Amino acid sequence: MAEPSQLSQYIESFVDSSHSPGQQAASLEAIASLLKNNQLTIETLVREMEGYLTTVDNVIRSRGILLLGEVLVHLASKPLDDATVHSLIAFFTDRLADWRALRGALVGCLALMRRKSSGGMVSGTDAKAVAESYLQNLQVQSLGQYDRKLCFELMECLLERYPNVVASLGETLICGICESVDGEKDPHCLMLTFHIIEVLSRLFPDPSGALADVADGLFEILGCYFPIHFTHPKGEDVNIKRDDLARALMLAFSSTPLFEPYAIPLLLDKLSSSLPSAKLDSLRYLSDCTVKYGVDRIEKHVEAIWSSLKEVIFTSPESDLSFTSESLEGLDIPKNGIAAEALSLLQKLIVQNTKLSLDLIVGDEDINTIFNMISSYKNYHEIPSEIKQRLHAVGRILSTTAKASQVSCNRVFECFFGRLMDILRLSARNSSGQPDSDESILISKICNHGALYLSIQLLSACRDLIASSETILAASSHTEETWKSLLQSFSPSLTMAFCSAFICSSEDTHDADMYFGVKGLLVLATFPGGYLLISKTVFEKILVTFVSIVIMDHGKILLWKLALKALMQIGSFIERYHDLEKEPSYMGIVIEKIVSLASAGDISIPFPLRLEALSDIGTSGRSYMLKVVQGLEDAIYANLNEVHGSTNSAEIVTHLLRCYSDKMIPWMRCAKGFEEVLLQFAINIWNQIESSMVFSASQTNERGVLDALIKTMKLAVASYSEEKQTIIVQRSYNILLSTISFPSEELFQQERFQTAEVDNSSGRDEWVLSLFAAVIIAVHPQTHIPNTRAIISLFMTTLLKGNVAAAQALGSMVNKLDLKSTGGQTSSDCTLEEAIDIILKSSLWIFQKNNSSNIQAKITSVHDTGLNNLCNGVGSCTSLQIHAIVGFAWIGKGLLMRGHEKVKDMTMIFLQCLQSSGRANVSNQEKGVSENNYELDLHHSVMKSAADAFQILMGDSEQCLNREFHAVIRPLYKQRFFSTIMPLLQSLVMKLEPLSRRFVFRASAHIIIDTPLVVVLSDSKKIIPMLLDGLSALSNDVADKDVIYGLLLVFTGILMDKNGQEAVSDSAHTIVNCLIDLIQYPHMMLVRETALQCLVAVSRLSHARIYPMRTQVLRAVVKALEDPKRAVRREAVRCRQAWASIA
Amino acid sequence: MTLGLINANPVVHAKKERVARTEDPHGDDAVDPLEIYDILLLILILLDIRDPEHPYSLEQLSVLSEESITVDEKLGRILITFTPTIQHCSMATVIGLCLRVKLKECFPPHFKVDIKVAPGSHADEESVNKLLNDKERVAAALENPNLRQLVDECLYSNEL
Repeated sequence: MAEPSQLSQYIESFVDSSHSPGQQAASLEAIASLLKNNQLTIETLVREMEGYLTTVDNVIRSRGILLLGEVLVHLASKPLDDATVHSLIAFFTDRLADWRALRGALVGCLALMRRKSSGGMVSGTDAKAVAESYLQNLQVQSLGQYDRKLCFELMECLLERYPNVVASLGETLICGICESVDGEKDPHCLMLTFHIIEVLSRLFPDPSGALADVADGLFEILGCYFPIHFTHPKGEDVNIKRDDLARALMLAFSSTPLFEPYAIPLLLDKLSSSLPSAKLDSLRYLSDCTVKYGVDRIEKHVEAIWSSLKEVIFTSPESDLSFTSESLEGLDIPKNGIAAEALSLLQKLIVQNTKLSLDLIVGDEDINTIFNMISSYKNYHEIPSEIKQRLHAVGRILSTTAKASQVSCNRVFECFFGRLMDILRLSARNSSGQPDSDESILISKICNHGALYLSIQLLSACRDLIASSETILAASSHTEETWKSLLQSFSPSLTMAFCSAFICSSEDTHDADMYFGVKGLLVLATFPGGYLLISKTVFEKILVTFVSIVIMDHGKILLWKLALKALMQIGSFIERYHDLEKEPSYMGIVIEKIVSLASAGDISIPFPLRLEALSDIGTSGRSYMLKVVQGLEDAIYANLNEVHGSTNSAEIVTHLLRCYSDKMIPWMRCAKGFEEVLLQFAINIWNQIESSMVFSASQTNERGVLDALIKTMKLAVASYSEEKQTIIVQRSYNILLSTISFPSEELFQQERFQTAEVDNSSGRDEWVLSLFAAVIIAVHPQTHIPNTRAIISLFMTTLLKGNVAAAQALGSMVNKLDLKSTGGQTSSDCTLEEAIDIILKSSLWIFQKNNSSNIQAKITSVHDTGLNNLCNGVGSCTSLQIHAIVGFAWIGKGLLMRGHEKVKDMTMIFLQCLQSSGRANVSNQEKGVSENNYELDLHHSVMKSAADAFQILMGDSEQCLNREFHAVIRPLYKQRFFSTIMPLLQSLVMKLEPLSRRFVFRASAHIIIDTPLVVVLSDSKKIIPMLLDGLSALSNDVADKDVIYGLLLVFTGILMDKNGQEAVSDSAHTIVNCLIDLIQYPHMMLVRETALQCLVAVSRLSHARIYPMRTQVLRAVVKALEDPKRAVRREAVRCRQAWASIA
Repeated sequence: MTLGLINANPVVHAKKERVARTEDPHGDDAVDPLEIYDILLLILILLDIRDPEHPYSLEQLSVLSEESITVDEKLGRILITFTPTIQHCSMATVIGLCLRVKLKECFPPHFKVDIKVAPGSHADEESVNKLLNDKERVAAALENPNLRQLVDECLYSNEL
């Protein structure tokens, strides 16, 4: 038991209004936790509080009751015995009469009413007493907003939890509620009010019951809120939106059919309002009411609703139909929300009152007028726009009607389809009969596009109806359906009409004509149910038409695209419905022709279009993809054989391979189950390589083929599982073995391995090696690679010849190798440590003629002083050095990404390279000047590649070492590298002479650019000086322009950040000077523009810092006003204004 | 400054279709009338907000059009001819002043800018022209704090 004195202290501090809200809440918490932990009983509490609850002081009494109420809110889940609940609720019920201390009573009642059945609930009798007291004592509308809200919550709770009890109060309850909600304006309370009325109406469903008498009064209260006009200022009540209110009101409206005589006229009246939101709401409410009020009640309003709806649909502003290939499916979805809502209401109306509404639609004057009118226009584009709008409206109405149900579909076809056919002058005939040629000519002349449009609408609605109900297809009973017989008899001539729409009017074809023709044929071809509705001849004729367009008519781009899209949709339709009857026709007519596009050389259609057709058709279904891929592969193999010597087939095979890698492989990866196909493809390529002897990589076009092949191989291999990858690795390794003699171990031990002279390998070797490298790049870390040591050595020799793929493969291997040796390992495998040892200790890197130094010495003494390194060599070995550096960069990237510490050794090599040439300069000073210049250039190219190695290290590569190619990526590796390497580079800058510094700046720029901006920001104080020095040091050379731009972008990022700004303002003067120089940067417009933007950002720094620079900046910016590029001038004006206004 | 309803029924012209300029990444962009027009249109739209009587942009009212601007980049001259909506338009001098200040800011100082009202479009054509092209009177006008404030509002109020 708690100390009584402590308890009274808590109570006192809550009741005393002089305490702060925080203290009051704390003492409330304290009391509640005492009760929860059973240190205090409710009884004790009540006893203790007796004085507060019964005092005549209004303020103290109300605080006291509130305390009790709030405590009960906290105890919602604590079980209480029935007696306690009873006495408490009786107390609060009584207190409802006490208007001076009402809030506590409301809170208490609500807390008790909301209790779960598990912990003691208020009994029915008590609830009734609460309701009676509520109705008798509460004048809700005279209370404040929060109290009203509590009142409504209490009533809502009563209605929902004790429906039977409160329903017995009957009329008193209804009148009481009416009285309490009348005139409510607060959105929170309104949400509750609407819900209360909704629940209340459900309580009294009896049409002659208590509610019926007051329905008009109740609706009068409700109706004045419609349409919701919500102009609450932003910032308060953010949790309630207009839509929430509108929805709540809608549910209240539709809660009882008793509202029907009042609601429907009101809604129809508001439908004619000019306010779009009111229109939209009316339509939504009408939809909801139609469904909920029931057939009988709505029946008398059908006519009125129809005429209003027609008005809305006819007048809704509508953008023109679009005739692009994207809109081929889904023509009739209006973008306008009002029209869409109106159509959905129409559909509900038809489903509910089928007979009546159909009579109205069929007999409608306006629709008939349109039918009469369209026959006078021949071409779609001749129709004036207002008639076009009405035509579209009619199309939508008919389509919605036909879609609603079988019956309505029949009726619409009966009444309108025949008329359309008459307008088109098509004759019904046996479905197997071919219309004779005379007639087709006739058709072409009198083709009526308005009628065509309406027929398409009807047909597609009919198709959607069948497609949505599967059962119709199975039942043969629908033979007597009117639409079916009509469709069967007219489909051949309709096909002719559609064909003629785009074929015969060739001299004067408009987009609309082609669109309607293709769309019509597409709809006919995609009727479900095999050949039941559309005969085989018709279907095949449609396919032949489309295919011939795709093959012949590539001149008309739109028609070509439409036809291709239509074929795709037919294909995916057959796939979706497993239409076994149509599939053979599709395969035979479409797929074979399209597949032949891959190889046939005599067709005039351009190659890119062929490939587009191939990939589009292929991606429309699995079975088609199999065929298409087969065709594509055959074409690739055939052309690959002739690559050597034939420029044409080299070009073709490059296109084919790109199509394969860009379109097919991504699709096949998503659609599971194509692994076998892809594996077979890779194996076939290898077989082909094995059997064929003539390849060379020297000619540019063959180089292109090889690059495309490498890319395809990588993507294909990357999508395999590990087992499949092992197969392909093994296969390619065998071919590699038979092709290339591995450099023996001894060779590496030799002092001088003259790689430069070993370049006697053939072009074929390079193909095999590059492809093998591609395979290695793409494998999973778990995939077993045979004879690792030898392969590493092989790649090392290859990369020295400048083969980047080999370097990347080596990087990937280093990235994925196991750290520890696994059990069943043979001597040829190796762990990561061993691999690194092989790489670093190899004598390959010793290629200086004068042999003054070697890498081995460098590596072993990497932490010592006086390092000579591979880049110290001069003369003919420069290209070798560059290749080696690139190779090291990729290997380093592999290590860096997995977070291996040996990456430090790699970076040390690069840093040495950056330093070396400075020293070399000094040592070579005594030599002749001309020679010296030549050497200087060479040195610089080596240093540049060392600097660019950092770009390889830090940048994200698409070619290898990314997620797609299963690289091992340690999180935050860039951050870590950034923070270790930057201090080194900074100290290096200090040591070097200006000429060599440039490359250090270039290196650090690469690192800064590729590090995530957040990291740079956190270190911005240290980075900014480096960045500025870099900007000024690099601004002289054209070759550095991309780096400059990248740095400027990082700088913009710093300027935009709050922490960055603080760091910047310290060195504002230097920054402004640097930016002013860059305004005149001659090599790149983007740099000038960004520099000006940076200056604008700088002008927002603290006034005292930047004011001294104002004149200087303004003077510089005036010059930029004369910039040759417009964008720069525009920025200059902005910048000038920004700086002029800081005065 | 209120216009009242001195021109309650202006003639409205159709908005001109804007041709999207194709940006050439390599060649230099010469200063052309369209560029000046784009810059000046910004002021006109702002002037426009100040004029609730006419809910049309001044482009629609044909105060300024692309054709009424001529540029000679070699000689560094810009000539602008604008057309006040009515003969007695009191805003003519303010519009002219705004145009002048804006151009001074947007082009290097070696450009000579001439601003004129279209012949026959203003009752006091000659004196307005004289005023707008008199360096000293322009400078004096801009030293008048009320005028300066008005011009600044026209030019910068969209940038706040």
